[in-house]
Amino acid sequence: MAEDGIILETRGLTMRFGGVVAVNNVDFSMKEGELRCLIGPNGAGKSTFFKCLTRQYKPSTGQVFFRGADITSDITFQIARRGIGIKTQVPSVFDGLSVHENIWLSARRHHKTREANRITDQIIERVGLGHATKKLVGQLAHGERQWVELGIVLTGEPKLILLDEPTAGMTGDEVGRTTELIREINRQAALIVVEHDMQFIKAIAQKVTVFHQGQILVEDTMINIMNNQQVRDVYLGKHSV
Amino acid sequence: MTGLLASGWRFDSNRHGTWAVAGVMVVLLFILPVLDDPLLLLQVRYYVSMIVLALSMAFIWGFGGIMCFGQSMFFGLGGYAYAISVGNIGESTAPFFLAMIIPAIFAAILGYFMFFGRLNDVYVAVITLAVTLALYYFINSTSGDEYSIGKARLMGFNGISSIRKFNWPGDPKALLSANHLFYFSMGLLIATYVGLKMLLGSTFGRVVVAVKENELRAELLGYDVRLYKLTVFVIGAAIAGLAGCLSINYKNFISPNAFHLSLAAQIIMWVLVGGVGTLLGPMIGCVVLLYVSFILGTGASGGGLNTYLIFGLIVMIFVLAIPQGIVPTLRDWREQGGRYRRAIAGAVLNLAEQLPAPGNVHVRAFGERLLGVLGPTAGDRTKG
Repeated sequence: MAEDGIILETRGLTMRFGGVVAVNNVDFSMKEGELRCLIGPNGAGKSTFFKCLTRQYKPSTGQVFFRGADITSDITFQIARRGIGIKTQVPSVFDGLSVHENIWLSARRHHKTREANRITDQIIERVGLGHATKKLVGQLAHGERQWVELGIVLTGEPKLILLDEPTAGMTGDEVGRTTELIREINRQAALIVVEHDMQFIKAIAQKVTVFHQGQILVEDTMINIMNNQQVRDVYLGKHSV
Repeated sequence: MTGLLASGWRFDSNRHGTWAVAGVMVVLLFILPVLDDPLLLLQVRYYVSMIVLALSMAFIWGFGGIMCFGQSMFFGLGGYAYAISVGNIGESTAPFFLAMIIPAIFAAILGYFMFFGRLNDVYVAVITLAVTLALYYFINSTSGDEYSIGKARLMGFNGISSIRKFNWPGDPKALLSANHLFYFSMGLLIATYVGLKMLLGSTFGRVVVAVKENELRAELLGYDVRLYKLTVFVIGAAIAGLAGCLSINYKNFISPNAFHLSLAAQIIMWVLVGGVGTLLGPMIGCVVLLYVSFILGTGASGGGLNTYLIFGLIVMIFVLAIPQGIVPTLRDWREQGGRYRRAIAGAVLNLAEQLPAPGNVHVRAFGERLLGVLGPTAGDRTKG
């Protein structure tokens, strides 16, 4: 199945919490190298979908395939080793460690110590945190902690990167840099980006998937999505772009 | 495991401190025997065995984030493993190693179910405590003749006495002299301390600290956190077993009290008072509290004071006033305190300079783990 260029596919993916169905029978698929945007109102199931993909939640039913392999029964660290990286909604970083240590821990997973040191310095430059190398991550501003997490994820050189609201808490300047960075990353990896910032989505989007009440409402290009009355009703209408 | 010299890691700034602490211990190693005071040497050996035990807890709790309420079980298992095997073999070399191997195997089995079963911190504390008490009651009930392993009887609540001390390897007749026993114990303490420091500075140690910091992120990076926790737990058990074996060589005796709740709780107090997340702190906490217990126990305080009452009071004072423990608090003073605090902390710390790994981690770890013991409120942190 990997030959058909599909990097990620879910079949009937469902996540129930008691009576609440957060993700409901989702059939999702995307190609290698694709940059997919995921939008939808709060509570639509976007973050839960991500958590099912990385096995932070065990899906109630359904299957997940990554590059042709069934990864439904893999656990979190095994999925990470297959090459799926995730930047979580609330930055998940090592707050008590320095920026360097954070990135290094990611680099050291894949490389020997000396190489890890080199890569760490490279990544720190790339995400523009050279001035804060030795600072504790917990003491950084929210936007900077986002950069640290992006750096951690990039260091692992994943084949598929899940970004959950990457621009939250960033200044206009930083959003611009993130846009650049995402385009750059996309040359090496497929991406799924969850965002609420429509300007940002417009800047990066190729294909957009709209989630609503745990299901895929529609999948199309950004232009068509913007003109889709159904989408406007559930989502854009409230926020008037 | 070559990470000790890598750049940018805060462990690096500790190397001076590590060598200073190790240096102080090496000086003691050579000076104490010269004083020609056999009683002093004997007492120091007792403290040394307990400090090794304190280090085992400091490692698994302060750095591994594992709140083991039953570290005394590995101490007891190590002691019994030594006593029983030396009683059978009649020579101490293999028993010395068995005292570490048996607790390590036991910890591997127990830890496998706890960590691969994904139990949260509260359950780990409860289960380790329950297993410790179960061992206590089991060993207590083995006084009958039918309870023996090979030539050695378990002796139940009577305890096993007249246990053979260490001999030179391969020569059962050549028992170690009091001075040699001291050198051996003190040498092992130094080796344990330096060994743990090196381990923490290695890649393995860094990942261990990272797992404690943010278990989810460590997993998302592809680290198998279950395996790291299990390894830490097993290493801690082996060190506690070593402590048990050393303590037997001090008193020639072991009883089920090694598994008793009071020792299990004391180990936690040592770490709490000294500072969770440091190695030096728990060593100091251990010595101070043992000395307090010694004074209270011998009636030097005038009698009438219950040791546990005083210990309870000490723990309350620390939790309320110095929640970080001694060593981290001194460090804060040195960096941010007023003139006097800075001077006091500077003087004390420069004597035995030791910066623990990732600074403010320990404060949080302390708060959470303690809550984890008292109530279920903090247990779900790792589920993120």
